[in-house]
Amino acid sequence: MTDSTAATPASPSNPPPAADRPGIWSRFLTATELDTRLIGMVAALALIWVGFHMYGAIVNNFGAFLTPRNLWNLSVQTSSIGIMATGMVLVIITRHIDLSVGSILGFCAIVMGMLQVYILPPILGLGHPLIWIIAVLAGILCGAIIGAFQGSLIAYGAIPAFIVTLGGLLVWRGAAFLIARGETISPVDSTFALLGGGPYGAVGATGSWIVGLVVCGGIIFGVLNGRRQRTKFQFKQRPVWADSFLALLGCGATIGAVILVNSYYWPRGIVNQWAAANDVVVPETGLQISYGFAIPVLILAVVAVGMNFLLTRTRFGRYVFAIGGNPEAAALAGIDTKWMTVKIFAIMGGLAGLASVVASARLNSATNALGTLDELYVIAAAVIGGTSLAGGVGTIFGAILGALVMQSLQSGMVLIGFDAGMQQVVVGSVLVLAVFLDILYRRKSK
Amino acid sequence: MAEQTTIDRSGTPLVEMRNISIAFGGIQAVDNVTVDLYPGEVVGLLGHNGAGKSTLIKILSGAYAADSGEIYVNGEKAEINNPRDARAYNIETIYQTLALADNLDAASNLFLGRELTTRAGMLDDAQMEAEARKIMHRLNPNFKKFAEPVSALSGGQRQSVAIARAVYFDAKILIMDEPTAALGPQETQMVAELVQELKRQGLGIFLISHDIADVMELCDRVSVMKNGQLVGTEKVEDVTDDDILGMIILGKKPGQAAA
Repeated sequence: MTDSTAATPASPSNPPPAADRPGIWSRFLTATELDTRLIGMVAALALIWVGFHMYGAIVNNFGAFLTPRNLWNLSVQTSSIGIMATGMVLVIITRHIDLSVGSILGFCAIVMGMLQVYILPPILGLGHPLIWIIAVLAGILCGAIIGAFQGSLIAYGAIPAFIVTLGGLLVWRGAAFLIARGETISPVDSTFALLGGGPYGAVGATGSWIVGLVVCGGIIFGVLNGRRQRTKFQFKQRPVWADSFLALLGCGATIGAVILVNSYYWPRGIVNQWAAANDVVVPETGLQISYGFAIPVLILAVVAVGMNFLLTRTRFGRYVFAIGGNPEAAALAGIDTKWMTVKIFAIMGGLAGLASVVASARLNSATNALGTLDELYVIAAAVIGGTSLAGGVGTIFGAILGALVMQSLQSGMVLIGFDAGMQQVVVGSVLVLAVFLDILYRRKSK
Repeated sequence: MAEQTTIDRSGTPLVEMRNISIAFGGIQAVDNVTVDLYPGEVVGLLGHNGAGKSTLIKILSGAYAADSGEIYVNGEKAEINNPRDARAYNIETIYQTLALADNLDAASNLFLGRELTTRAGMLDDAQMEAEARKIMHRLNPNFKKFAEPVSALSGGQRQSVAIARAVYFDAKILIMDEPTAALGPQETQMVAELVQELKRQGLGIFLISHDIADVMELCDRVSVMKNGQLVGTEKVEDVTDDDILGMIILGKKPGQAAA
C-alpha cells in the first residue's frame, strides 16, 4: 500500500478510483501521518485508566481514578521520572544504558539540601531569594558533571556504559550517604519547595489558561509552518482535513487538560490558611480556588518540548540517531562519536539533577535514599515508550507516555488497594509484555 | 579499454601517498607503500583479502592515522587525522560496507555530518530532501523511497545513496571500495558509466576491487598489493590479465615473470 501511494504523483485533488482506495482507517493514518504505535500507547493508557476506575467503582463502590484530584496527582508523580526518561531516550538510542540516574538524583538532592540548609543561609540569610536559584543551578550542574565524567569513562576509557553506570549506582548513593551522614536534610527553602508542586506550587486557573492558549498557539503555528514548508519545496501536502484534525486534536487535548487541572480545588484548610495570610474574607459558601497546572508538570512539559526539539530539529539529534543506527558509519561521516557520548551522558546527568530538584522539593526534604530504583522506572518508561534497546529508535513523547503508563499502574494499584508485592509483580509483568508487544509490532511492520 | 584517453602524468599528481606504513598490534598492515593519482585518472588497487588495500585507503579517507609516511594533495602536504579533514580536501569515500545509518532516510544519510541548516541553525530537512531528490534523480531515476529508512532499500538503492553522498559534495578525489560487489549486472553498468563520467569531469578515482575484468575495463593504472607491500604499479595497456594475476598471487612484477 505504501508503494502505491509513493508511486502516484502528487495530485491530492485526484483521488484514485474507488475500487483501489484503501480503507478509511489506513487512509486516515496515511493522511495524518500519525504513528500507529503512539495511538496504541494512548489506547493502552486509556484502557488502564478506565480499567482502574471501573474496578474501583465496582469493587470498592468508588471510582477514584478518573477524578481531577487523582489525575492531578498522577501528573505530579510522573514529572520526576518523565524528566529523566527524556534523557534516557538519547542514551538508549546510542546503544548505551544509564543505571546511575536514581543515585545521581539522590546525590544531587543531598548537595542541594546541604546548600540550602547549612551552607547558603549563613552567607545570604535565611529565605534569601538567591538561595533557591543557586540550589537549582548547583543541582543541575552537579548531575551534568557526574554524567560528563561517566560519559568520558565510557567514550575515552572504552568501559561499557553498563559497568560504568552500575559502578555509579553504588558510588553516588554511597557518597550521598557519606555527605549527609545518613541524615534527612529538611526543610528546604520555601521557594524551592514550590518546584515540587502542592497547592502553592501550581499556577492557578488563570495561569493554566495562559499556558493552554500558548500551547494551542504553538500547535497551530507548527501545523501552518509545516504546510508552508511543503509548499515551498513542492512536496505533497497533507489534506486540509488531516491538518485541521491534528490541530483540533492537539488544542482539544490541551484545553481539556486545562479544564481538568482547574477543576481540582484547594482543600478548605489550605484555603483558610491562604485567606488568613492574605487578609481575604472567606464567604460562608467557601472559596473555590483551582490548583491549575503544577509547576513540576510545567517543568516536564518544557523539558519535553526542548528535548524533542534537540532530538528532531538539530544536528546533535541527527547524530544521536546516526550513532545508534551505525556507530562506524557515523564516525566515518566525520561525527566525533566519543565527544557526543560525553555530551549525551552530561545531558542525562543534568536531567537527573533537575528531576532531583522536583523530587526533593516535593518531599520538602533531601534524603540519601531519594530516587532509589528510579533508574529502573526511567529505563522502563523509555522502553515502553518505544525506545529500542538495540539502538537507533526512540521518541521523547513516547518515553513520557511510557512514564505515564508506569505511574498510572502504580498509583492505580494503590487506589484500588493492591499491596506493594502485587504492585511490583504487575509493573514488572507489564514491562515485559509491553516490550514483547513492541517486538511483535515491529516484526509485523517490517 | 583499448581506447583509453591518455592521461597527462607530467604535472603534479592530484594525490600522492608516500611511504605509508601502519601496523596493528604487531601486524604490518601497510608497509612503506607509495601510490599516486592524477586528475581524470582511475587507479585500481588490487590484491587478496588482507593485502592492505582497504587499510591504505582508509588512511587517505581519515579513518586511520598512518604510523609513518606523508600524503600530498595537489603537491602540498596534507594533514589528514580524521574523516572531517579528508572531506575538507574534497576526498570522498564510498565504503564497501556503504557506511549508511540504516535507521535514517536517504536525505539524512546523504547529508550526514554536513547537514543543511536554516538561518536559525535548525536542520533544514525539507531543503535536504529537495536536494536529495535532485541528485538521486540524476543518478538513479527509479529511486522513489525518500521517506523510508535506508534499511528498507534494496542493495542497489543503498549503493546509489552511498554514491550520491560522495558525488554531491564536489569530490576531487574519489575512493571506491568494492563499489560493485553487491550489485546486479544492470547496476554494475550504471556504476561503470558513472566512473567514466566522473573521469571526464577530471576527478581522480581510487578503485578497490577483487575483479580483474572490472579493473581492466575501468582503470588507467593498477597498483597491486600483497602482504601490506606494494608489488608494483602498471599501466593497464602495458599488461595482460595474466600479468596482473601473477602480481596478485606470486607478488612478481611482469618483467620478472616473463624472465
